[in-house]
Amino acid sequence: MSTAETVIGATKTMVLNMGPQHPSTHGVLRILLELDGETVVKAVPDIGYLHTGIEKSCEDKTYSQVITLTDRIDYLNPLGNNLVYCLAVEKLLGLEVPKRAQYIRVLMVELQRISSHLVWLGTHAIDLGAMSVFLYCFREREEILNIFEMFAGQRMMTSYIRIGGVALDPPTGWRQAVEKFLRMMPSRVDEYETLLTQNPIWIGRTKDIGYISPEDAIALSMTGPTLRAAGVAYDNRKVFPYSSYQEFNFNVPTRTESDCYARYLVRVAEMRESLKIVRQAMDKITDEGPIKAEAPGIIPPQREKMKTEMEALIYHFKIFTEGFSPPPGEAFVTVESPRGELGCFVASDGSPKPLRVHFRAPSYINLQALPRLVEGRLIADVVACIGTIDIVLGEVDR
Amino acid sequence: MRSLLAANAELVITIVKIVLLLFIVLTVNAYLTWFERKVVAHIQSRWGPHRVGPHGLLQPLADGLKFLFKEDPTPAGADKFVYYLAPLLALTLAMTSIAIIPFGPEPIRLFGHDIYLGIAPPDLNIGILALFAITALGVYGVALAGWSSNSKYSLLGGLRSSAQMISYELSLTMSVVGVLLMAGSFNLRDIINAQARHPQWGIFGWNIWPQILGFFCFFVAAIAETNRAPFDLPEAEQELVAGFNTEYASFKFAMFFIAEYTSMITVSCLCSIMFFGGWLSPFPASWTVTHYLPSVVLVPFGLWVIMDGVRYETIFGRMVLPVVGAAISGLGALFVVLPSLNEFIQGPFWLLSKIFFFLFVYVWMRGTLPRFRYDQLMAFGWKLLLPVSIVNVILTSFVILMWGAK
Repeated sequence: MSTAETVIGATKTMVLNMGPQHPSTHGVLRILLELDGETVVKAVPDIGYLHTGIEKSCEDKTYSQVITLTDRIDYLNPLGNNLVYCLAVEKLLGLEVPKRAQYIRVLMVELQRISSHLVWLGTHAIDLGAMSVFLYCFREREEILNIFEMFAGQRMMTSYIRIGGVALDPPTGWRQAVEKFLRMMPSRVDEYETLLTQNPIWIGRTKDIGYISPEDAIALSMTGPTLRAAGVAYDNRKVFPYSSYQEFNFNVPTRTESDCYARYLVRVAEMRESLKIVRQAMDKITDEGPIKAEAPGIIPPQREKMKTEMEALIYHFKIFTEGFSPPPGEAFVTVESPRGELGCFVASDGSPKPLRVHFRAPSYINLQALPRLVEGRLIADVVACIGTIDIVLGEVDR
Repeated sequence: MRSLLAANAELVITIVKIVLLLFIVLTVNAYLTWFERKVVAHIQSRWGPHRVGPHGLLQPLADGLKFLFKEDPTPAGADKFVYYLAPLLALTLAMTSIAIIPFGPEPIRLFGHDIYLGIAPPDLNIGILALFAITALGVYGVALAGWSSNSKYSLLGGLRSSAQMISYELSLTMSVVGVLLMAGSFNLRDIINAQARHPQWGIFGWNIWPQILGFFCFFVAAIAETNRAPFDLPEAEQELVAGFNTEYASFKFAMFFIAEYTSMITVSCLCSIMFFGGWLSPFPASWTVTHYLPSVVLVPFGLWVIMDGVRYETIFGRMVLPVVGAAISGLGALFVVLPSLNEFIQGPFWLLSKIFFFLFVYVWMRGTLPRFRYDQLMAFGWKLLLPVSIVNVILTSFVILMWGAK
């Protein structure tokens, strides 16, 4: 065995095991780095440390019960996961969701996008040593979580979006709460930008780091801000509008530099665009109106009806004991999650439990690009690149 | 016995001074961690430590106890001797360097001896050279720690820091040459006295004005030399977990920690002495009214502590804080009552205020700036700092050659 290559000291490179317990791999990602000095010769991501078998578990739940599992896939975007799964099941059922519920969904998902980008910005900044930004971002995220708590009674795993609509009517005082947040947030985004955007150290750490050409990005089927920073204006909200996104007026921020700095600028610009969408959604949501589709046997009946009508009581009993059975078939729906194109495939065999549920996880697919971004660069750039791909390991491993 | 003491009076005085200074430096170190955590916390809209003792003031004590009682494992395959030597070396060198610093102008006359503030003799004519020689050795502690731990993260951290400290050593030394030329001496006391050539100029007589380039280079290089943000690459926790001290735990880790904070204090002292007039008051010498400034600062601060104390949320705080406040106010009042004491504390007061200011800047930068990358740090040191400090030397020597050192 002692050929020249295997003798210790004969090769010039060293293998460094980064993760799975490491401060800046954003969860339990393990990367094997082959180093020549501090230069990365080869990077091999090793995933699977957070595999929870969510997709398989979905096959043993009724269609409604799956929603709580989807919360836990991408734990920074629970509402987006709820939405994509509900859209897929609604497509399978051929359900039409009332406009008011659609707008509420848009409002919640856009708030979620801001909160997800806040977590991203904070963790990315602390990875590069700017620790104050981290706490500023979490301070504002707290405000969003408070709004979620108001709406759903839960801060993170809200399960607020349900099949056929949303779980609850918006609570009293929600307009004031969202209004307060909308007033405060633009100046707070300015605050992060004051600390980072023109900071020479920040620019030095992110500019021209982790370049990927638009062709390569498309070939690796990367989506989301990472792709838009490469100059490709691909956004599911514009390309395949869902949940009435065609009625909203917003821009898709793009850059052409395709480096870490461009990805940072795109995400910050997206936060501002999301604020615009939230404002429009708030104006569109009427004070009165339905929040669920009219579909007896699929949507649980209202409490009053259940107490007075025999039929409603029977439906209620049936929905909560055996669930509902969509016609055999399959449906695939995509939405724009904060990380990219989030897809959901649901197949039904006509039973009350799905035959197969699969998620197209943008984190998982974007992570493929990591070796290409970091090879030939320094070990400190690995941290910057992992940060700007914005992976959530819960979603990578599912 | 008595004659023995009298014969070795100098030795006894020095030993007492060493013990006293060690005690003060260690206490200041401990409270520097408290100060840093509090300031960074308030920058980040947090509270910082506030559970252990009033305003978290006993937190350093709790931390120290924790360090002492932690398990202290040695990694398998470590070079034991070097592994134990490294933290000792780091701490000893950091502590030794502070011995060179003079803390006050006039000696106190006690038991028939002139006692100067500071351990080194007042006529130490190689002061600054000795100081740089000692701090330059500090790199051994870090490099040996990284090498002996038998861990890849430590090794990378150690390598980084050796390279960083050696490259910045050069700019650090070059940047003070201008000051040395102006003072015509290596002695730290002479350097301060040279800034008092025009007593009426006050703050405008300090070296910071003619040596602004030198100060910039010195301060940046000094931050890099002490491995603090934004140059804290050797312990970049996001990349290298904890760098050279990854494998160190318990009190060996604390030794590195204390060494780092002690070098912070040394550098702040140097900054004040070389560029900000050391113990000189920023006001012209004829403004004797300003001699009451220490009291003007201390008395209201003490009153504020009393005010805060009586309303403090815990009973312990309500008992302790007013006493502390009264002590501070009392000290301030004492200076007014005893003019000779007041004159004596003028020097230390200004020096300590300046040191405190620089320590605050250290913490402030840590709360604000992101971290440099390794190659950028090297490029910054070699391509910007070193040329600028050399230009500064040339400029200063030219000016002195033409017009003399005034």
